[in-house]
Amino acid sequence: MNDVLLIMPVALPLLGSIIALALPRRAEHIGLLATAGGVVATLAIGWQVLHGGQLQLALGGWQPGLGIALRADALSTLLLIMSALVMLAASLYATSYFAEPQIKTHFWPLWLLMGAAVQALLLSGDVFNLYVTLELLGLSAVALASLGGKRAAVEAALRYLTVGLLGSMSYLAGVALLYAAYGTLDIPTLATRLDQQPAAWVALSLMTAGVLVKAALFPLHFWLPAAHANAPAPVSAALSALVVKVAVYLIVRLWLDLFAPVLTPAHAGVLGVLGAIAVVWGSWLALRATRLKLMAAYSTVAQLGYLFVFLPLLLATPAGLQRDIVFGALVVLALTHGFAKSAFFLAAGIIQQRAGHDRITDLGGTARALPVTTFVLALAGVALIGLPPSGTFLAKWQLLAAAVSSGQWLWIPVVGVGSLLAAAYVFRVLGHAFGPGERLGPTLRWGRQEVPALLLALVSTLGLGLAGNGVWTFLGRTGPMVWGAT
Amino acid sequence: MNASNSLLLLILASSLLPGLVIFLLHEQSHRLRTALNLFGAVLKLVLVTVLIWGVFHERVFETRWTLMPGLDLVLHADALSVLFVSLSTLLWLVTTIYAIGYLEDSPHRSRFFGFFSLCVTATVGLALAGNLFTFVIFYELLTLATYPLVAHKGTPQAVRGARIYLAYTLGGGVLLLIGAVWLRTLAGPLEFVQGGILSELPQLDPWALRSIFILLIIGLGVKAALVPLHGWLPQAMVAPAPVSALLHAVAVVKAGAFGIVRVVYDVFGIEFTASLGLLPLLGGLAAITIVYGSMKALTQDHLKKRLAYSTVSQVSYIALGAAILGPLATIGGVVHLVHQGIMKITLFFAAGNYAETLGIHRVSQMNGVGKRMPGTTLAFTIGALGMIGIPPVAGFVSKWYLGQGAVEAGVAAWVLPVLIASSLLNAAYFLPILYRAWFRPAPAAWPEEHPHKGRWEMPAALLWPPLVTAGLALAAGLFAAAPYSPLTWAELIAAREYR
Repeated sequence: MNDVLLIMPVALPLLGSIIALALPRRAEHIGLLATAGGVVATLAIGWQVLHGGQLQLALGGWQPGLGIALRADALSTLLLIMSALVMLAASLYATSYFAEPQIKTHFWPLWLLMGAAVQALLLSGDVFNLYVTLELLGLSAVALASLGGKRAAVEAALRYLTVGLLGSMSYLAGVALLYAAYGTLDIPTLATRLDQQPAAWVALSLMTAGVLVKAALFPLHFWLPAAHANAPAPVSAALSALVVKVAVYLIVRLWLDLFAPVLTPAHAGVLGVLGAIAVVWGSWLALRATRLKLMAAYSTVAQLGYLFVFLPLLLATPAGLQRDIVFGALVVLALTHGFAKSAFFLAAGIIQQRAGHDRITDLGGTARALPVTTFVLALAGVALIGLPPSGTFLAKWQLLAAAVSSGQWLWIPVVGVGSLLAAAYVFRVLGHAFGPGERLGPTLRWGRQEVPALLLALVSTLGLGLAGNGVWTFLGRTGPMVWGAT
Repeated sequence: MNASNSLLLLILASSLLPGLVIFLLHEQSHRLRTALNLFGAVLKLVLVTVLIWGVFHERVFETRWTLMPGLDLVLHADALSVLFVSLSTLLWLVTTIYAIGYLEDSPHRSRFFGFFSLCVTATVGLALAGNLFTFVIFYELLTLATYPLVAHKGTPQAVRGARIYLAYTLGGGVLLLIGAVWLRTLAGPLEFVQGGILSELPQLDPWALRSIFILLIIGLGVKAALVPLHGWLPQAMVAPAPVSALLHAVAVVKAGAFGIVRVVYDVFGIEFTASLGLLPLLGGLAAITIVYGSMKALTQDHLKKRLAYSTVSQVSYIALGAAILGPLATIGGVVHLVHQGIMKITLFFAAGNYAETLGIHRVSQMNGVGKRMPGTTLAFTIGALGMIGIPPVAGFVSKWYLGQGAVEAGVAAWVLPVLIASSLLNAAYFLPILYRAWFRPAPAAWPEEHPHKGRWEMPAALLWPPLVTAGLALAAGLFAAAPYSPLTWAELIAAREYR
């Protein structure tokens, strides 16, 4: 009965959230405890999945179809571990980030709730559950984004809320259609029943559109930059690294697990083209951004674009070893971006707090005053560009290789241009940071905020770059990536 | 893992680990930093000596680490990599001593020496790369490690130079990456094998291969400063003198040239490259670069710029050697990898000394400098004569073999004129400097004299490195036929290539 483990990544933060609400003075400790527990639980799940294949848990003993089923396979487990680690690092960082007690008391319950929602989404095995977690995630994320109450932050959060609700509604409509047509919400069961009929098509379109809004795929990305850039730094980190990422995860699940039988390469081609535009356009806007956090937010739009470029390549590659390799590259890219972008936002937050602003052109002296923070920006930047020794480099190599071997040459210049633009925006920041400037005060090397940021950056570059093969091994160990109905 | 496998990792670690520790040191811990630097450099030299012995006796050194399904990071030592590793290791030691003397009391020394060590680590990794994938990884790491060195001074000029450097090299890096991925999907793991791998694979589309070759050569040509991809090199002159010395003699420019040699000999195979009709293309590019670089050098009054254009020209001898079919040309090109390195590093050390001691930055300020700084000027003279190709300095040996190789391959009609023109141009831009330095009277006052109390014209850490490298350049020419000389080693490489 080790499968009970599956509930822990959700239950621990959820419980923590409630206790933190009841005991605001102890909120910080509870938060750290709950997120640390989450890491332990996800690692334990990882161990189980590695040795026993995918896990499944029917809550309350009800079988899938009636009750709530939790599932973990290799893909969801890897993302679970990544989000648990990012949450823990950001929590550590947050303990010395917020100064006002009132914001602190608001932050921790919402923060833990969001963590629970991320984990629940990754573990959900039916389309309605996914809706509930998506909604919960959206609401807690909006509340966190508006924390601090600055006008720009609240405005951005309100837009985030409206757009997010529209997305959820569209998704829910699709779910209703599916239930009406096939009489089940369980993904593996649905996948076996799905056939070519208008209901399936419409459901596919509605659900995809709804999730794409949340995944901020071009041209639906407009809400993201302001919301991510104006949130407090630990929140920005989680929003960019996790919240949008799980939306992309959902697309992958829906497309590869559920709707695979009715999809054609043309559909994937559309998402791929939108992703390619996102890569170029997002990188370009990141290069033009005047503020560090805004730049990081636009960079998220671009980096998510790469994940969508993988879709047409995956569909064009026949199932087998080659396809598993391409799929592994998609996962490596998603994981690397999660670690790198959260590190980047945390570092940007340190600079913003120290300097009182995050205007890129006024960053002179940062390298002298905050050497470790600047190093984090550089390390995370290497992963964003896709240079070795980062995980992104491995993923891009496979992306290019898949494009060559499937004859889809279009994606090659996209990767090239996207990488060069990313190099331009990362080195623009570093160039200013290494320039002269005195206003940042004396040199500070190791603060409490630097350590978690540095660890995240190290995982994204050296960790996933040198041990990236572990991801492929892990995915390969648990059999095919599609959820089987057990 | 047995001892011979871990040797390659140790060679990498001997500069990587000291570098990482140096980053963490305080600016003031001068002694510890110096000790770490020298310890790493000397240790590496010892380890490389063991490697040279092993490779000479055909021992196999290889280390693998799987990064992705089907793609390994491979470190492998063959005769060619040993040649480049020895060059980098020896010159790293000399340059480290020079840099310690040069950067006395300047800010951000920990950062500087940290990146300096990373730069050498990347260069050595690139030399030891056992397949194209590994080569690409270290090639990009080299870009990352050198960028902060070029930008080191933090002046707007330095930042601009570094930005231009980055734009060129990352742009080239993308093309190299695309070429490498494309070739990998066509031809498998691309391990470097003497004689190449492609000729044994049937049914490869020759036009795809030609396109790949061009992508690779452009990607490598940026660092090797092939015209018209050389624009970054004169701009990168703003870097501190030890960095310029390293950039021009060992690290960046050489990495590009070494990559071209690898691609031609050990990926495509020279005979297969010839059968694709690609050699004239590479040879033409190299010839244009040789003549154009020399002509540009002629018009520069700024000493370091003149040396930079001279590098553009001289490094292309290596590519020229790779573009001529036949063992003699191969020997000439490969040996020039070493010869150009020791001669050019001498010239840059000397240029740094002139700037440090007397504030001399321009050729027109060099009147009578020979009497004021005889040691430095002697070293400069040997380096310059070698560049022109006057025996017995090493440069003569390279040009002799290149010329012989051209005759052997039947392409003397265009190679010999290029060699002669280039040597005349070399003489035209170096001899006037020597004339000024030794025979013109010194001015009443030097531009910016820094007084130095001591027995010699300047601190020993700055004076000895150019003298030592100048001595090496002489020795490489005088004792060219001795065992373990660069020439005999290049002959060994050629013998293994054409067997």
